[in-house]
Amino acid sequence: MSTERVLMCGNEALAEAAVLAGVDAYFGYPITPQNEITSYMARRMRSLGRVFVQSESELAAINMVFGAAATGKRAMTSSSSPGISLMQEGISYLAGAELPAVIVNVMRGGPGLGNIAPSQGDYFQATRGGGHGDYRTIVLGPATVQEMADLMPLAFDLADQYRTPVMVLADGLLGQMMEPVVLEPKAGRTLAPKDWALTGADGRPQNIVRSLWLQEGALEELNYKLQAKYRQIEQSEVLYEQDLVDDAEIVLVAYGVAARIVQAAVRSARQEGIRAGWIRPITLWPFPVKPIVAATESPRVFLVVELSCGQMVEDVRLAVEGRSPVFFHGRPAGGIPTAEDVLDVIRRLVIGGVQCAGRD
Amino acid sequence: METVFERTRTLKDCPTHYCPGCGHGIAHRLVAEVIDELGIRGVTIGIAPVGCAVLAYDYLDVDMVEVAHGRAPAVATGIKRTNPDKIVFSYQGDGDLAAIGTGEIIHAAHRAESFTVLFINNAVFGMTGGQLAPTTLLGQSTATTPEGRQADLDGFPLKISEMLALLPGAIYIERCALSSPGRIGQAKQAVRHAFDLQVRGTKGLSLVELLSPCPTYWRMSPHESMEWIENEMSQVFPLGCLKRDRSGVPYEVQV
Repeated sequence: MSTERVLMCGNEALAEAAVLAGVDAYFGYPITPQNEITSYMARRMRSLGRVFVQSESELAAINMVFGAAATGKRAMTSSSSPGISLMQEGISYLAGAELPAVIVNVMRGGPGLGNIAPSQGDYFQATRGGGHGDYRTIVLGPATVQEMADLMPLAFDLADQYRTPVMVLADGLLGQMMEPVVLEPKAGRTLAPKDWALTGADGRPQNIVRSLWLQEGALEELNYKLQAKYRQIEQSEVLYEQDLVDDAEIVLVAYGVAARIVQAAVRSARQEGIRAGWIRPITLWPFPVKPIVAATESPRVFLVVELSCGQMVEDVRLAVEGRSPVFFHGRPAGGIPTAEDVLDVIRRLVIGGVQCAGRD
Repeated sequence: METVFERTRTLKDCPTHYCPGCGHGIAHRLVAEVIDELGIRGVTIGIAPVGCAVLAYDYLDVDMVEVAHGRAPAVATGIKRTNPDKIVFSYQGDGDLAAIGTGEIIHAAHRAESFTVLFINNAVFGMTGGQLAPTTLLGQSTATTPEGRQADLDGFPLKISEMLALLPGAIYIERCALSSPGRIGQAKQAVRHAFDLQVRGTKGLSLVELLSPCPTYWRMSPHESMEWIENEMSQVFPLGCLKRDRSGVPYEVQV
């Protein structure tokens, strides 16, 4: 790929970016609205002599990723909400065995089979770990087709550096929509050699990849090791974007495609003389607590906008710790709030006082 | 003094956690001997199941990964596809392979994945306390069939090897027993052939099912367990080769 701008859908841009980031193996099972990734990888990976396997289920796909990752290869899978639920067993094992892997969730409406419309309903599942046990998953939330591509090399680098699963949390809107995008290989981080990988015990002691620790205190020790790693990730890897926050009387917080709706609403509010600003978390875990805390230093109102009934709003409230009122506006399961809807809520909160809340 | 018998290199020198009379120790030794005889220790990657053999890496001195219950064939697929030059094997019990992992083993065979499966059939869930397995014999008493397995309520013994033998992607399926020195010798030849197919780069799945004693949950002495395999279990699960491609024709051409 050259550095020219090309028109691509988010799913294909993400897939090509994974190829440029050096993914050795892709394993996946068909599910809408992410099928463009699987189809793109089927063509591209095999033409490059890399591994593509269409698995018999999402359970098998994540365990194929587990196997390839255990040998030190860069491996990934992609799916959408119901398929990601099935993968949670494997993601927990990846976290426990400290294996690097990249999992893409192009979210659709739920719960259950739900629908195939865009949604942000899997934020809880993604940021709280999702599977069993006391672990975290790094979660990256792209907001544009360009960012679908740009976050992939970062996802692989973070996975390798911290030996942990990384989730890219997109949605059906970003996956399907087409935007101009520049795709080019980027220099990655300097990473330690994978001396833990299973490559055959030729001339060295055997390597074992495991998550079972039965001896007294051994599993507790592993958990403390994982937690130390998570604290380091929280210190070093937070990513966010913000604008117009310094003088704002209302600060909007949104991620992914919802952030673009919010940015349009804030522009309109400023034109009306309402001092609105926005914060966009890019890492959903680790969550950008500091910019939210900083924004509470003068009396302000927060408004969180999501394509759900309110999930990230809980992280904003945890960061705010009661210092400012936090309101929510959102629609679940394929309902997409418009910039006009959000502007109306901004007007009512700023001009009409802070009485209104809840679902609008 | 002449050495007539010794521990093989790939079998670690350590105390066993297996019950007295358990077949896993014999099966581990067969795998270790074959790995050493073929000279493949440095290029072999093994997969431990969930079940009694979850700690197989404590005994087998090769690179190993421990995986989720039943998912070993999917993990083996990920390993072998990205490392076609390595010798890959999974070691799975009947709960792991024939119950929770039925889908994974059938589809690995269906895709003609080129790894080796050691399938330990002892007709019972050992690690969790002797519950009904898909392979439990009719009438056999277990923790969850206290009156004995009844076909109308609990189903019939599941013959996974016969099912797999139907698939073009499975190139070698053999059932052996660990019930006597002669049977163990036959089992070793089967295990060796299965690994050798990979060494020679043959496309397709190789699986050796081993009827293996579980005296603890059969509530028998080790000696009675061996006799039960000979007289009862091998009547339901007949010994012998279920599939062997002798043609030398590549898998793709056969299909």
